[in-house]
Amino acid sequence: MTEALVDIRNLNVRFHGARTVHAVNGLDLSLKPGEVLTILGESGSGKSVTLKALLRLLPEKRTAISGAMTVDGIDVMSLKGRALADYRGGTTSMIFQEPMLALDPVYTIGEQIAEAVCRHKGISRSAGMDVALDMLKKVRIPSPERRLKNYPHEMSGGMRQRAMIALALSCRPKLLLADEPTTALDATVQIQVLLLLRELQKEFGMGIIFVTHDIGVAVEISDRIAVMYAGTLIETGTTREIIRDARHPYTRGLLAANLHDVTPGTRLEAIPGAPPALDARPTACSFAPRCPEAGPVCSAALPPVLTPGAGRRVVCVPKADRFAGATSAAPAVNA
Amino acid sequence: MLIYFLQRLVSVIPVALGVSLICFMLVHIAPGDPLTAVMPVDATAEQQAEMRAAYGFDKPLPVQFVLWLGNALTGDLGTSIASGRPVADEVMRAVGNSLILAFFASAIGFPLGILFGFLAGTYKNGVVDKVITGIAIAGVSVPNYWLGMVLVVIFSVSLGWLPSMGAGPGGSTEWAWDWEHLRFIILPAITLAAVPMGIVTRTVRALVADIRSNDFVTALYAKGLMSRHVVAHVIRNAAPTALSVVGIQLGYLLGGSILIETVFNWPGTGFLLSNAIFQRDLPLLQGTILVLALFFVVTNLLVDLAQPLIDPRIRRT
Repeated sequence: MTEALVDIRNLNVRFHGARTVHAVNGLDLSLKPGEVLTILGESGSGKSVTLKALLRLLPEKRTAISGAMTVDGIDVMSLKGRALADYRGGTTSMIFQEPMLALDPVYTIGEQIAEAVCRHKGISRSAGMDVALDMLKKVRIPSPERRLKNYPHEMSGGMRQRAMIALALSCRPKLLLADEPTTALDATVQIQVLLLLRELQKEFGMGIIFVTHDIGVAVEISDRIAVMYAGTLIETGTTREIIRDARHPYTRGLLAANLHDVTPGTRLEAIPGAPPALDARPTACSFAPRCPEAGPVCSAALPPVLTPGAGRRVVCVPKADRFAGATSAAPAVNA
Repeated sequence: MLIYFLQRLVSVIPVALGVSLICFMLVHIAPGDPLTAVMPVDATAEQQAEMRAAYGFDKPLPVQFVLWLGNALTGDLGTSIASGRPVADEVMRAVGNSLILAFFASAIGFPLGILFGFLAGTYKNGVVDKVITGIAIAGVSVPNYWLGMVLVVIFSVSLGWLPSMGAGPGGSTEWAWDWEHLRFIILPAITLAAVPMGIVTRTVRALVADIRSNDFVTALYAKGLMSRHVVAHVIRNAAPTALSVVGIQLGYLLGGSILIETVFNWPGTGFLLSNAIFQRDLPLLQGTILVLALFFVVTNLLVDLAQPLIDPRIRRT
């Protein structure tokens, strides 16, 4: 077994403000080098917060983070000042949901890529521009020499996201964090960008943590899928396992709520109810109020972590125990 | 780019024409006869008519306007009724003095306003922000003639460090670049700078705070930039808007301030304007307002021309 590229142990993120929000609760996650993992979840489930925590981009004053995060042997939690800046963009970089908002509007694409390269590799500006040109070729932007001198507003959405990818990969990071990078793009461009990402991932051999709410996208790109609900990872497994053999009722609900093989005019499958408020740290299964299979045990205590197979993880009360007087600690094969 | 510049230049012509029409009309809309101030109380009807014809007030208004505009284009703004001197000379001397005052007020107000605004926006809701916002609100809200009088009481009357009025020793109105003259400009310049400083501070603060809340700032940190690199990005993003606010404020400063120039007896356009109003000196009033209005048009034009050099998004024609 190879050393893990990313290892997150018991990550907790809380935001203080007018009210406290428990955004991420006890998250455990690991990623092998060169592996693509998708965090799947709905809005507010804490998936983007997890990514930002990995780059320490959350506002420090209003955020309390605890737990341990290691990326490529670097203890992310202890990084400060220059070392933190070296880690960001150097070891781990990120592509954002809306490239129009994530690129500085008054700098050219070339300047923005070269700036990152010069910062990390300590090379001259003109050498940085050469790298930028090279990267634009790699993400297959047509007439890259001209695009290098373009401002973000002069490019199309798909082109901007390619430029964003070029920027993120310009310093050859070991880990790429992708925060819904295709959500703001239209369907045909989405596929192109996904294919490009997968290709570049193979070429550069980096690990990717991909965040999305779109199961189709998740299946397209990932080796493994982690499903997140209300700040907790509720199920982890290979893409095949999740699609074929989902154990958690929430994951099964998500898989049922798609548009494939649906007769027009019939009502779509949906998970009833809405996600819970995150004011307090959960003391029971957060999904229990919406769960069609829940029993009294589910709302009484935190569900156990089941490991039905190697690398598989399901946080759910085993079916047989849901109506029992006390929770059994024994992991059941059929969750 | 060139087309943009030409468009901007051409668009100034109708604006300037409209401005001159309004200047001309405003004075005629105001009640009262301009000649009452200079005419003897016991003047006969014939004498009054003669006087009116001499100043051209007997012709219909549109004709008066065309004649006035035609003369103005050749640099002749008529003759002051009160002093009998050419209006153009009077206005130009006053403009010179107001420009000097505006220059010093700008040198104090704008750098300070931009610096304060930047600090407050960067450390929004912190102690620095609260102190600076307090200063900015005071600068905008305190009536500046009152501030001027307070400064005079402190620095001229009590401490005796600086003169309280005039533009030079011995009532001289000719400016010179020496300490003897500089002493006279310090208090009026500080007083005049207070309002633009406050406005620029508040605008730049909101601007910087807004820019800092953008996703791209997070993205800049995400690619490994240090705070000092990010500041450079914020400055370049804030520059176009900050520039246009400074431009508008500069327009106000160039116009001189009736109140401040009156408090300090500064022989600038504001002082001239208030005299012209009280003496019902119609040609002088029209000439002064026209020159001031054109100042505004020209500063806005300069700002418009400078903006695309900084902000690529305006560069499209």
